[in-house]
Amino acid sequence: MEKRKILWRLFATFFKIGLFTFGGGYAMLSLIENECVEKKEWITRDELLTVTAIAESTPGPIAINCATYVGWQQGKFLGAVASTVGIVAPSIIVIYLISLFFDNILEIQIIASAFRGIKVAVGVIIINAGVKMLKKMKRTPFSVTVTVLAFAALTVIDIFAVNFSTIWLIVAAGAAGYIAFAMKNRGGEGG
Amino acid sequence: MILLKLFLGFLRVGFFAFGGAYAAIPFMREVIMDYGWITEEKFSYFVAVAESTPGPVMVNLATYVGASQAGAPGALLATLGTVLPSFVIMLLITVVFKKFVSAPRVNAVLSAIKPCVVGIIIATGLLMLFDGLGISFAGGIGPDIKAVVIAAVLWAVCIVYKKVKKKAFSPILVIAISAVLGIVLYGI
Repeated sequence: MEKRKILWRLFATFFKIGLFTFGGGYAMLSLIENECVEKKEWITRDELLTVTAIAESTPGPIAINCATYVGWQQGKFLGAVASTVGIVAPSIIVIYLISLFFDNILEIQIIASAFRGIKVAVGVIIINAGVKMLKKMKRTPFSVTVTVLAFAALTVIDIFAVNFSTIWLIVAAGAAGYIAFAMKNRGGEGG
Repeated sequence: MILLKLFLGFLRVGFFAFGGAYAAIPFMREVIMDYGWITEEKFSYFVAVAESTPGPVMVNLATYVGASQAGAPGALLATLGTVLPSFVIMLLITVVFKKFVSAPRVNAVLSAIKPCVVGIIIATGLLMLFDGLGISFAGGIGPDIKAVVIAAVLWAVCIVYKKVKKKAFSPILVIAISAVLGIVLYGI
């Protein structure tokens, strides 16, 4: 009974966080801090910072990493499931409802015009986000080279419609990072 | 089997999208174009919708693409694929490998992946912007002047706002302004 209560509270809390944050991961962090650190004291502020750092180094939505971590701390595996399902559920419900009539509303002239403008904005927003990340990034000759090569490779792949997945760029970058690390340490610590 | 394809396609996105929603957009764009699920135009429309609705942007996009292909089951499986890798990896790190992320080898790999992601995001943003401006490299179609005007106004607003307010302009405001400009220029 007690366990069920914990699971329910985890689900309800993360459902609320999922429902009331716009703009994804980082906007969500302040609400997660408010709910999980200040109100419910499920985790400490330091723990949240650590989880954020881990989230930035692992794939997938940042919010999912946080929900999984807090859920595990409170209710082990089922807790992690309850929190994750909670944070995802509002999106699924809201977006599913929108998807039902999205095509129809696009046929309304005023909406179609608005979206022709919005289409331009999306490119601008993504470039802005990328440039912001570039400014925050630790810039070394190595990292800048990787950025330039990745940029050039993706552009060529896209324009010439080359059948080559972007995944391999990530894999190649990771391998290059590892090789650079191994070369720097060769002889130093013997492996 | 469309449901399996949705699950596997989005599993690929969830597994390789390092660094949040913007890192996921290039992979999603690639996956949906590989499978021919929705047009690039509709994808960029929905990026804007995903930004302006509650919840993680990546989950919103996955749910939409899934729902558009196979209704509610499609929405669930696409979302499951997107979420599963980070759920499993986070559990493993929490339970087993607390030190994993700070190990120097892992750090070396991750510190090379991050700049790669930045290059991919900027390239994707530019390609999507060109698409939005009506510039096609394959077809040699000229730019849509109205779209160029919208882009110029948006850049100007972002730069002025940053100079005056000393903070970045929220994406939702950029979307709102562009919607108004779209209505003004393309008509009601």
